[in-house]
This record gives sequence, structure tokens and C-alpha cells, in this order.
Amino acid sequence: MGRIVLEKVQKKFGEVEVIPPLDLTIEDGEFTVFVGPSGCGKSTLLRLIAGLEDTTSGRIVIDDADATEVPPAKRGLAMVFQSYALYPHMSVRKNIAFPMKMAKMPEDEQNRRIEAAAKALNLTDYLDRKPGQLSGGQRQRVAIGRSIVREPSAFLFDEPLSNLDAALRVGMRLEISELHERLKTTMIYVTHDQVEAMTMADKIVVLRAGHIEQVGSPLELYHKPRNEFVAGFIGSPKMNIIHGEEAQKLGASGVGIRPEHIDVSKTDGMWKGRVGVAEHLGSDTFIHVHDTGLTDMITVRITGDIEARHGDTIYLTPQMDQLHKFDQQGLRVE
Amino acid sequence: MARAVTQKRKIINTTAAWAVGLLIFFPILWTILTSFKTEAVAIADPPVFLGFDWTLENYATVLERSDYARFLWNSIIIAGGSTVLGIIIAIPAAWSMAFVPSKRTKDILLWMLSTKMLPAVGVLYPIYLIFIKMGILDTKIGLMIVLMLINLPIIVWMLYTYFKEIPGEILEAARMDGASLKEEVVHILTPMAIPGIASTLLLNVILAWNEAFWTLNLTAAKAAPLTAFIASYSSPEGLFYAKLSAASTMAIAPILILGWFSQKQLVSGLTFGAVK
Repeated sequence: MGRIVLEKVQKKFGEVEVIPPLDLTIEDGEFTVFVGPSGCGKSTLLRLIAGLEDTTSGRIVIDDADATEVPPAKRGLAMVFQSYALYPHMSVRKNIAFPMKMAKMPEDEQNRRIEAAAKALNLTDYLDRKPGQLSGGQRQRVAIGRSIVREPSAFLFDEPLSNLDAALRVGMRLEISELHERLKTTMIYVTHDQVEAMTMADKIVVLRAGHIEQVGSPLELYHKPRNEFVAGFIGSPKMNIIHGEEAQKLGASGVGIRPEHIDVSKTDGMWKGRVGVAEHLGSDTFIHVHDTGLTDMITVRITGDIEARHGDTIYLTPQMDQLHKFDQQGLRVE
Repeated sequence: MARAVTQKRKIINTTAAWAVGLLIFFPILWTILTSFKTEAVAIADPPVFLGFDWTLENYATVLERSDYARFLWNSIIIAGGSTVLGIIIAIPAAWSMAFVPSKRTKDILLWMLSTKMLPAVGVLYPIYLIFIKMGILDTKIGLMIVLMLINLPIIVWMLYTYFKEIPGEILEAARMDGASLKEEVVHILTPMAIPGIASTLLLNVILAWNEAFWTLNLTAAKAAPLTAFIASYSSPEGLFYAKLSAASTMAIAPILILGWFSQKQLVSGLTFGAVK
């Protein structure tokens, strides 16, 4: 079991309110991602759930029991830190065994679980090494191994991949998703990377300045962002958001159009602009278009390759059924 | 950035380093040399450096006249005991200041250090009277306590600096893994801080071993350590430089040897945190 409910949870550091009173329910077995720009309070929220920070007010309920005042060690949660936080003076085996040792588990059961975790995480050959002798990816796997052996009711991940290089990150992302499929345990994952959020989550919680901007599945957030902030944050490259006269013509105060929903032409279209930088990825091309009179820059994503040189004139036409409309407060209107 | 070191420069630097080293070491060297002289040679003018008849006579006399073993034993107990006592008190203190600092932590640290700026003689009377009242004058336990107290600021300060270098996330990880505060300190913090704790221990043993003011003023016969052993050979008996030197050499030899074997540990300890 691992159902976590936050009721009016608030956190202040001195006079500064980092998390205004907030409600959130994380269902058992769900992979929930907290995402938002840096300083949005997502790590603080995770640390409140972990018990590493005290709540200023409100209640944290884990599996129907009030855990607000329960120390981290007794909450039955496991955490993986950004810095891995391995015990440098212990071998990999001892690192993984530590939570079981603290739980006074019988030795043969400890060994059985260590072997199982090491096998699942490809660490069998490294059990007798110290963390200092491992690569970043291996260290992260040890940290995960240490967290799974205790069979916690939920896993907390605090930006676990941001210290890894890009290639490893993609690999570990898949491994964590696999792990979730296999264990079916609740996981809460904090990241600032919306790609990680989109690819891993069952449920995404978008945070800004401690406020929850939207909660939903990745595709809900992509197709129906509740406001301009979520619209701009989810999706890569970012959604283009237009204000002013051109938006009025389309019938809203703000109009958002994703780069992949704009058609281009060399001869005619709704908006005329000048090609700035064109990024050729092979599978896709991102064209940054200037001088459209709409915003500083409109980004367009085209499948496949297209010839576009710096300074070329280009015509853009948005796909009308894919427009996102927002009112003056930046809220979505249907 | 590496600077090019020419051969000439190397020679000059090495010579200068040796010169400074010898200058600092000279009083000790002179003491050791004097301890092998006869009393007459010891006060000879001009002084004799090496060309004298070496004798062990002073050592024989000193050993015959005083119970060296008892002084040595007292020194070991007092220096060791005050250090252990200090570490036991300082680890939790340094832990709390390093990992749950408050707004005033820095002030407390400074205030603790400021107690070292007070001349010891300023509190001699009160402490002397307290010692009489408590009946711990001229006892090893009394000296252990007073030496622990005077060195405590340094122990706390040093441990605080070491603990500061340990990433807080590792301790949080231990907490998440189910460790109680005690288990966190025993299994994670202390093992990680062993190098720091070791050099703190060493430095404190040396400081306590050499401490003369309190050990001389608060002891008479029973608990007197090696400092009192040296003092007993000074002035009142007249000019006995050679015997005084023999006593001094015997008093500093154990700590000198300890320091020699642990110099690597000591240096890394004292310069810890200077380069990161």
C-alpha cells in the first residue's frame, strides 16, 4: 500500500511561504511526477512527504494514518537523492544492506534481498566495491538498490538523473519505468525536466511558486493545459503563445499553438516571417521564425528535413483545430 | 597553476626550509644535548655544542631520585582521559552546530573560542576553591576535567569544521533508511569523520600532555604528571641544567615519538578544509 494524501499542507521558512496550503492525493501504485521550474517548491514538497522537513501546518496522511509528526525513519518510505547520498565508507553490499540492518532483518534474508537487487540492477560484480570506485550510473543504481530492498510503501526520487550525462539519463529513465512496472509501488518523482515528466508519469503535478498549476496525465496536460503557464511548460519545443491583435482575431486574449501544429510554406500562408536559426535533427527540423509581428520568435517543428536558410522568407499557417485559447487571466477557454 | 621551479630556486627553498626548521627545533635539540653533559659542561661559557664527553649520569640520577613511571602514568591518564571525555562531549555539540545550525551558531562558536583568550590565571582562584570544595585537588579526575574544559572549544571547533564537510544528504539518506539519531551518529557520521576525529584526538593529547599551568597549580604529589616532574628539577635546587634537561627530554620523548609517527595525520588534520 502506498496512498499519500496531503491536506492543506503548508510550509514556511521563517516568514517566507514556500508552499501555500495545498491539497493533493497520490493513489497507491501511481507514478506521480512533480515538475516545475527551479525554486517552485517541488523538492520541498517531496521533503515534506519524506519527513525531512516539518510542515508548518496541515496534515500528511500515509495509508490512512496521520504521518505529519512521524519521523522519516518510521514513514515506510524510501528516497533516492540527486547526489546519490551513498555511504562512502561502506561497500556496495553494505550500502544496500543498511536499511535492512536498521530494520534488524535476519542476515540470510538480507543476503537474499541483496543478491536479488544486485541481479536486477546489474550490480552483482560490484558488490564489494566502495561507491568511490563506481561510475555515476552505477552509483545511482546502488542508491536505487538501497531503496528497494526494504520494500517501502512508496519511493521518493529527488531529481535522481540530473547528475548523469544525457545518454545515461535516457537509459536510467527506462530502468526506473521498468522498475515501476515490475513493483507496482507508488513512486513520487521530482524533476525540472518536462521530458522526464511526460515519459515516466501516470500523473503529473505542475508546480509554480508552491502552487499546483495543474494535475493530470501527460496527455491531458499536453492537449488541455489549464493555463498559459502549463501550456508553455509542457511540450518541447515550447508552445508559441500569441497575445494582442492577432490573438483577438482568433477570438481570445491569448492563443497558444504548438510548434508541431504549424504548417509552413514558401509561397503563401496566414503569417509571414523570416527564418532565423534552423535546427536540423534529421528526423525533425525546428525553425525559429522572426519578424512575424506576433511575438519575438515563433518556433515551428516539421517532420523530416526541409531546406530553410537563415534570412529566407517563410509563411506559417496554424492548424485551426489545434489552437489553445486563453482568457485575460491566462486561463483556458474552450 | 604550476609555477616553473628552477634548480637554483629549489636549492634556496630547501636551504631556507631547513634553516627555519632547525631554528624552531633548536631549543629541543639543545635540551637533548645538555641532558648528556655533566653539570659543569652544561653551564660552560662559551657553550659547548658537540665536543664533550657524553654521559648518562643525569638520567641515572633523575631516575633514581624521582619515580618517572608514576609521572608518566599520570600524564598518560590525564591527557588520554581528558581527550576521550572531550570527544564524547564535543561530537554531539559539533553535530548539532554543523547539521541543525541556528541563527546564533556562529556566535556560539566564536564565544567558545573567546574563552581561550582569557588568561588562565584569571580563573585560578575560583577553580582552586571549587577544587578544594569538591575534594578533587591533586586528583587525576580533577585534572582530566579541567584540561578537558580548557581544550573543549578547540575540539568542538575542529570537529565542527570536519562535520561541515560531510554532505547533509548522506545523513538524510540514513534517516530515510530507518536510522535513529544514535545509529546515524554511530554508523554514518563517526566513521565518515574518522580522519578528522583522529587528528583532533592527537592534537588534543599533545595539548593536554604539555599543559603546565593547571597541572602545576592543581597538583601536589599524587596526581602530578610529567610537567611537575620537570618543574621539580628547576630553580630551587640551584643550577642543575643537565638534570633539568634530562627530565625534560624524558617528559617530551613519548609525545615526540607519538607526534613523529602520526605527523601525516596531524598535518592533513590541521590543514583540512584549507584546500577544497
